[in-house]
Amino acid sequence: MTGNINGSLNLIGYGLSAIGGAIGVGLVFAAYINGVARQPEAQRVLQPLAFLGLALTEALAILGLVFAFVLK
Amino acid sequence: MIALTLPAQDGGSFTPPSVTSHLAPFFTIGGFEFTKQMALVLLSVVIIAWFFIAAARKGQLVPGRLQFAGEMAYGFVRNSVGKDVIGAKDFKKYVPLLFSLFFFILLNNLYGTIPWIQLPSFSHVTGAYFLALLVYVIWIGVGVKENGLRYFKLAVVPSGVPWYILPLVVPIEIISNFVVRPMTHSLRLFATMLAGHLIVLIAGSGIEFLIAQESWLLKGTSILVLAGATAMYMLEALIMVLQAYVFVLLTAIYIEGAVHADSH
Repeated sequence: MTGNINGSLNLIGYGLSAIGGAIGVGLVFAAYINGVARQPEAQRVLQPLAFLGLALTEALAILGLVFAFVLK
Repeated sequence: MIALTLPAQDGGSFTPPSVTSHLAPFFTIGGFEFTKQMALVLLSVVIIAWFFIAAARKGQLVPGRLQFAGEMAYGFVRNSVGKDVIGAKDFKKYVPLLFSLFFFILLNNLYGTIPWIQLPSFSHVTGAYFLALLVYVIWIGVGVKENGLRYFKLAVVPSGVPWYILPLVVPIEIISNFVVRPMTHSLRLFATMLAGHLIVLIAGSGIEFLIAQESWLLKGTSILVLAGATAMYMLEALIMVLQAYVFVLLTAIYIEGAVHADSH
């Protein structure tokens, strides 16, 4: 069976690099849920921290996406 | 989504829309192209102004429905972004900025969920760059105003670091604070909007392609694509709101860092 696959290898690289960001975001929210479950009144303090962590972790995955499109 | 790969075995050619396919501009004035994004940005200003003017016009002690919605929205940005992050002492000055940024970005993102509009304005990178540039100029300005020119020293030299590590830490701080920070601030908004828009667009053209196929089996698989696309569409709606929140939250955090550069 023969076949052609067309497309950019960049996107495979991006898919691999997104694993790191995915694990990071998962850890951030796991910690946030843990914290709120143990101490529900801390939710207001933890929420901006969790989203800040999300934003900073996600930045790497986003740079990867942009480079996947930009680099030829 | 897996159904999208099936027609390739048939020898049919499916060319998905890509980042290089753009809508034609509405009209051109002397080399200046007036595009759909620009029309949507202008429209968003009108809609937001209309909504909040209407909500605030008849201020009553017991708020009506519209006034209540407006006050909820305002209170959310004021308290959970402004007050909690910047601190109760100096947050008031920055509430107008945070408030207008939040609703400007929120509405411009939510355009992506409205049928027939379906284009988040910040899926074009220029809009996101200029918003981040605005915030960049503002937080540096705030830092210089509150701390004087000493602010640049405070921003790049962390306190309590031994002197022999400073040559390593200072360049990293300069790059991360003054170069990477505005870049990621804008690209985060742009890339999530672009990705969401592309997924919906690719699913749409995929459905169109599958429906046009001869075989009834392939026509049927378009339902799978439709189900997958609907789920992604819901996720996108969530991400749109989340990104507006994250953008404004980061703005507040940068301003807080500039106001209280002494204590960091």
